[in-house]
Amino acid sequence: MNTQTPSNTYFDEISVGDKLPPLEIDITPTLIVSTAIASRDYQDVHHDKTRAQELGSPDIFMNILTSNGLVGRYVTDWAGPEAILLSVKIRLGAPNYPGDTMVMSGEVTGKREEQGKYIVDLAVAGKNKLGVHVSGTVEVDLLKAAS
Amino acid sequence: MSDEQAEFKAKMQSYVDRGDEGIKTSWDDVNRPMIRHWAQAMGDNNPIYTDAEFAAGTRHGGLVAPPTMIQAWTMKGLDGQAPGSSTIDPMAEASELMVAAGYVAVVATNCEQRYLRYVKPGEKLHHRYRLESISDEKKTGLGTGYFMTQLLEYCTEEGEKVAEMRFTILRYKPGKREPKRPPRARPGMTRDTEFFWQGLHEQNKLLIQRCASCKTLRHPPAPMCPSCRSLEHDTVEASGRGTLYSHVTMHYPPLPAFEYPNTIALVELEEGTRLLAGLIDLSAEDLEIGMPLQLEIVRCDDELTVPMFRRAQ
Repeated sequence: MNTQTPSNTYFDEISVGDKLPPLEIDITPTLIVSTAIASRDYQDVHHDKTRAQELGSPDIFMNILTSNGLVGRYVTDWAGPEAILLSVKIRLGAPNYPGDTMVMSGEVTGKREEQGKYIVDLAVAGKNKLGVHVSGTVEVDLLKAAS
Repeated sequence: MSDEQAEFKAKMQSYVDRGDEGIKTSWDDVNRPMIRHWAQAMGDNNPIYTDAEFAAGTRHGGLVAPPTMIQAWTMKGLDGQAPGSSTIDPMAEASELMVAAGYVAVVATNCEQRYLRYVKPGEKLHHRYRLESISDEKKTGLGTGYFMTQLLEYCTEEGEKVAEMRFTILRYKPGKREPKRPPRARPGMTRDTEFFWQGLHEQNKLLIQRCASCKTLRHPPAPMCPSCRSLEHDTVEASGRGTLYSHVTMHYPPLPAFEYPNTIALVELEEGTRLLAGLIDLSAEDLEIGMPLQLEIVRCDDELTVPMFRRAQ
């Protein structure tokens, strides 16, 4: 776990067009299986290679709850512990198979004040060597400025 | 669309039109162990999920569950749906019909979650859902199938809605995929053996090494003539006719580039030298010592060509 106090990103400090720092995630069988089980997803294709191959995949692959969770994590890693996620909308493309690396990237596409919330719109993508694994949009509510 | 397909699609659509609402409960309250497991598996170090003291000092006011974890709480897991779930399950009914029709595989394709607030340890969740739409049959990279979209609302025991989700899966008939064989191991190539492999790969010829002095043929290639000890050599092209001198069937350890049982022949070429080679359309029980064999030069991949033999006509 973190020993440092994680820092927050503040609404007033960011601009449309700002890029989030990229995050590389190694896609290991351990990641695929542990996250599938942590999300209570026992579909065989996320832990049983033989069964995954019978169903037409070359190997086990990451489940959508994890892709979603990693998008959330990627945004809050940047936004900090005071951030509140309002929505995560994702679409899956190329599967995340073991042995691959997913590189996540993100960009601020909008910012607005709405009903006392300081909402930032983000476009996020995770690419692996097969193409775009996940792409989507996230709305996050930030603190306006450091107090 | 055939009548049969149209009927199937209409049956599917009836599950959407009926508008049945299912309820699924959670086995457990929102709890810290499952949150920790999730955070560790995801590599998510946000302390608001696991560090109570830290979380209390933030605007969350205490520990919260990761919002993207919302779907996990009411997943059925291994023992079926948690007690209190409704017996009406339009998704399960439609899926059963799909499986019976051969659409046995599932992948999730889209997920849209909106969080009204974060949930906290101790809260008990359930979700209500209905089937929102079923697409026409689509051809996809994975196989032919249907996209099925559900709308889900996550609520507390008190009935407060905390999140909603639109979730789309593709149910499909898996396309056939031939397992891809790894390539054969590369031969160890030296100055002495290079001509043999290059002859096969670049000239489509099976070459035999010949002593330039006494004209004795030899195989496998070697630097010196065993008859006259000359170091000079050239090559002749084999006619491709030969006979079976001996054979062995390889069972173990299986090498992934080959099919098993893997019968390997020692072939005596009509020129007199012998070489090891694989067989085509011949298994051990078809073989008889001395039987005539015919060369076939087989290109394995972009780098490797090997000699193989089949029964001579």
